[in-house]
Amino acid sequence: MEFKDYYQVMGVARDATLGEIKQAYRRLARKFHPDVSKEKDAEARFKDLGEAYEVLKNPDKRAAYDALGKGPVPDWGGSEPRSRGFEGSGFGAAGGAAGGADYSEFFESLFGAAAHGRGAGSHGRGAATPESRDHHARVMLDLEASLLGGSRTFTLKMPELDAEGRLVERDRMLNVKIPKGVLAGQTIRLAGQGSSAGMPAGDLYLEVDFSPHPIYRVDGRDLYVELPVAPWEAALGASVQTPTPAGTVDLKVPAESHAGTKLRLKGRGIPATPPGDLYVVLTIALPPAVDAAAKAAYRAFADALPFNPRSSLGV
Amino acid sequence: MNASDENSLSGEVIDERSLLTVDELCRLCAVERTSIVEMVEEGVLSVELEFSVKLESTEWRFAGASLRRARTALRLQRDLEINLPGVALALDLLEQLEHLRRQLNLGRV
Repeated sequence: MEFKDYYQVMGVARDATLGEIKQAYRRLARKFHPDVSKEKDAEARFKDLGEAYEVLKNPDKRAAYDALGKGPVPDWGGSEPRSRGFEGSGFGAAGGAAGGADYSEFFESLFGAAAHGRGAGSHGRGAATPESRDHHARVMLDLEASLLGGSRTFTLKMPELDAEGRLVERDRMLNVKIPKGVLAGQTIRLAGQGSSAGMPAGDLYLEVDFSPHPIYRVDGRDLYVELPVAPWEAALGASVQTPTPAGTVDLKVPAESHAGTKLRLKGRGIPATPPGDLYVVLTIALPPAVDAAAKAAYRAFADALPFNPRSSLGV
Repeated sequence: MNASDENSLSGEVIDERSLLTVDELCRLCAVERTSIVEMVEEGVLSVELEFSVKLESTEWRFAGASLRRARTALRLQRDLEINLPGVALALDLLEQLEHLRRQLNLGRV
């Protein structure tokens, strides 16, 4: 079992005052809150932080923690229901914690597994109500799932009642049919697929987000693709091939296009209702001047076209 | 990653065309109606135009996107102990940030 240095987690000295601890918590909570932070490990850091604060803000628990390694650990029996953290919200790539059952093994060895025992009837603000064990999770989808539809498998940590009627967190594998055209920020409701820890079973809500795509950028229902063209294609106009979600199409690049020219392919974005558009943004790719012939061509180009690309800078 | 469609679960999408009642939003956020009313009053959530704020709260309808916003608001309020006007500001700024990040990504090769 991993020892957790709560002082290090909070970045405070071992003799920090309660005021200092609270201040550190507030500062770090704002920094690592998963709704705010773009740090990669924000969720784990926020969870650790909540746990560290739970211990260090409470004089009894802090004393028990400080006594570690100095003698037998007192049995504190239980813990008050935690008011922080993401219980019932289900953050993370494949879902997340629910029902408050998200303390570390280390925390539970110290303060008892009673931290788990909030039971199906708990009234935690983030937790589902006892009448309905709804479960919320955030899932990362590849863009293709929305473009083409199809099924995806998720592993979600969901609260269940064990044989003794205690609320525990178990991994559950779900195979979900992704509705074609679903957008980031939307929620998929799966009736009756919530936690089985209550009667009747609640619903499962999957908040959708897209993982980055190698070709397309997503903005709502619209897609953007950067399409490199040769200088002469941009200058003279050309018909070039461009990828679209529905396959390669021929695109007419108008004469005198430049880098950043945006061409819209109506209705070729995400197939939502109404469908989004695909924006093709041109970039100019220069052929490398690697051999004598290419260098000669560039020189001829320079001779034929007196051109100062920096005239707007006054130089 | 692709599995056969036969054994997969089908769900419905909550999007901007789904109009949620105040009670549905309460259930989805596991809060009392007063919390939703407060969020409307502070401008964290907006009632769909055709269901004016002047009506009784039972008549209000919310666009599907309100679900994510309400849940984020509640988390921020609970975890960071921010009051509702602060939450409203944070949400608006987060939205702007998200928009700017997208723009930045779009400009990157």
